[in-house]
Amino acid sequence: MTSPMSKPAMLGCLLVLIALAVIPLLGDKHAMDVTVEIMILALFALSLNVLIGYSGNVSFGHAAYFAIGGYTNAILLTSYDLPILVSMPVSVLFAMVAAMFVAWFCTRLTDIYFAMLTLAFAMLVWAVLFKWRGMTNGDDGFVGITIPAFLDGRIPLYYFTLIVVAASIALLWLICHSAFGKVLVAVRENRTRAGFVGVDTRRMRWTAFVVAGTFAGIAGSLFALFKSGMYVENAFWTQSAQVLIMTLLGGMYSFFGPAIGAAVLHMLEITTNRYTEYWPTVLGGILLVILLFLPDGLVGLAQKVKNKFSGSGGAR
Amino acid sequence: MQGLEMLSNPTFFVIQLLNSVSMGMNYFIIAAGLSLIFGVLRVINFAHGAFFMFGAYACYTVSSEWGLGFWPAVIAAGIFLAAISVFLERTLFRFLYDKEHLMQLLLTFAIVLIMGDVAKLIWGTDQYSVSYPEGLKGAWNLGVTFYPSYRLVLCGIGPVILLGVWYFTERTRWGRLTKAATQDREMLAALGINVPIIYTSVFLIGSALAGVGGALAAPTNSPVPGMDVFIIVECFVIVIIGGLGSLWGSFLGALIFGLVYNFGSVIFPNGQDVFAYLLLLVVLLIRPWGLFGKPEQA
Repeated sequence: MTSPMSKPAMLGCLLVLIALAVIPLLGDKHAMDVTVEIMILALFALSLNVLIGYSGNVSFGHAAYFAIGGYTNAILLTSYDLPILVSMPVSVLFAMVAAMFVAWFCTRLTDIYFAMLTLAFAMLVWAVLFKWRGMTNGDDGFVGITIPAFLDGRIPLYYFTLIVVAASIALLWLICHSAFGKVLVAVRENRTRAGFVGVDTRRMRWTAFVVAGTFAGIAGSLFALFKSGMYVENAFWTQSAQVLIMTLLGGMYSFFGPAIGAAVLHMLEITTNRYTEYWPTVLGGILLVILLFLPDGLVGLAQKVKNKFSGSGGAR
Repeated sequence: MQGLEMLSNPTFFVIQLLNSVSMGMNYFIIAAGLSLIFGVLRVINFAHGAFFMFGAYACYTVSSEWGLGFWPAVIAAGIFLAAISVFLERTLFRFLYDKEHLMQLLLTFAIVLIMGDVAKLIWGTDQYSVSYPEGLKGAWNLGVTFYPSYRLVLCGIGPVILLGVWYFTERTRWGRLTKAATQDREMLAALGINVPIIYTSVFLIGSALAGVGGALAAPTNSPVPGMDVFIIVECFVIVIIGGLGSLWGSFLGALIFGLVYNFGSVIFPNGQDVFAYLLLLVVLLIRPWGLFGKPEQA
């Protein structure tokens, strides 16, 4: 059973989609690059939110699946000369299988122990990427990916990313609004009670983890195409923290919140870097503001402002 | 396996063993602070790595720039970090004890980001070298081999700190109060104990250990930007192996970590990082809460 999308939300999605489709026509190369990166990061943040917002499990190692997707795509395209129709599905599959394996371990634990374990696994992935020089080129980064001819160029790559991201987000929306998504929320709200009603909570959390990892893999494989390279930093734990901040900034209790968070944070980063090299401090400051004043993120803030003006109570 | 043959040479074996133990002991000092803070405050402190880095930098400033000597610099680093941590605890952490763990984790990450920039602002991006303390610049003859004296002293400092922390947490009134605070904070407060002071003191001691650990590591790992984000995950591995919140667990975890790291890299050169995380995996397969950890309450 899928709950339908509300009319205004549907209209909003349509408008965003049209706007995204029109951007390349403006001919601004910089705007296109920024938008592609935002789309990829948005998918990355949304994928993480399946785990955090819906099932209530904080992963501190989500970058691992992004990096696995990206590196697999890069290596298959370049070192093995495979067509993208093979390399992309296989890279997503790799991310999914890795998530299945890690999730089995991590879902044995909960809360803080869960977060620590996801972090440890992500660092294992990082260490392998770092040390396996023959395959990944280590800390020099895997650069110069062979981009398939039909994607060679800014505009084709832009539309390819748009289509893949839009389709993935649509799929994620369906998953999150299905009965499965509802059960996840039940698990998040009260694991014990959900267990009493007969929900296999560990299995649910495992599935959420796998869904999150798989979509992060899609985002990663797109990122490899866009940057035409992958770097070990993409798998480092600070990257996992960054996507967590995007999710939180947007608002983890709304479906589209993390995408908004990704867009806002990425644009802030670009703007800040123009003036100062101290982006980490700005990011830390933003994080403090969210933690102390905006627990429900920007979407929560918008909701609050809206409620104030319409005079109704704070129903979420 | 060229590495295995090399290990059959007793001299080489002893050197690797001592490398493992001295590294493990240095890590233990840092991890013990992390574990102590988690045990009482239930906060996983990502900023602990930044505290370590500040300790190393402070050691450089006091010993090399001001020329006050190495051991005073170690003590100064401890005091410096104690002061920073009290400030942070009073202004930020305090508000998050009742919030979700995610919020606490991210708060500590915000501190990592900001402290990393502050370190760059104060010390720049150069790599500094800190010289070994007077009298410990050479090597001692152990019969089978000569070994750097500073590292041997490190092997001794670890157990001293272990006993010190053990004594304070298990044999003093303060230790009993910290235990009571983890059990039932409201009751303790109702009995007239100043619980916030207890929390502050635990945070202070844990952070001072990070500072001391950083200062002691400075001669062997030159202070450099970015060292904070590496050490913290290694400390996480140690405390997870040992069991979060367990002092003896961190001690054993640190020793195991040192052994796996050093012997692993002899047998498979360049594989040391992979080994540490694989080790963690194996331990967690057998004991999900670490060697000395207790199962969490649902």
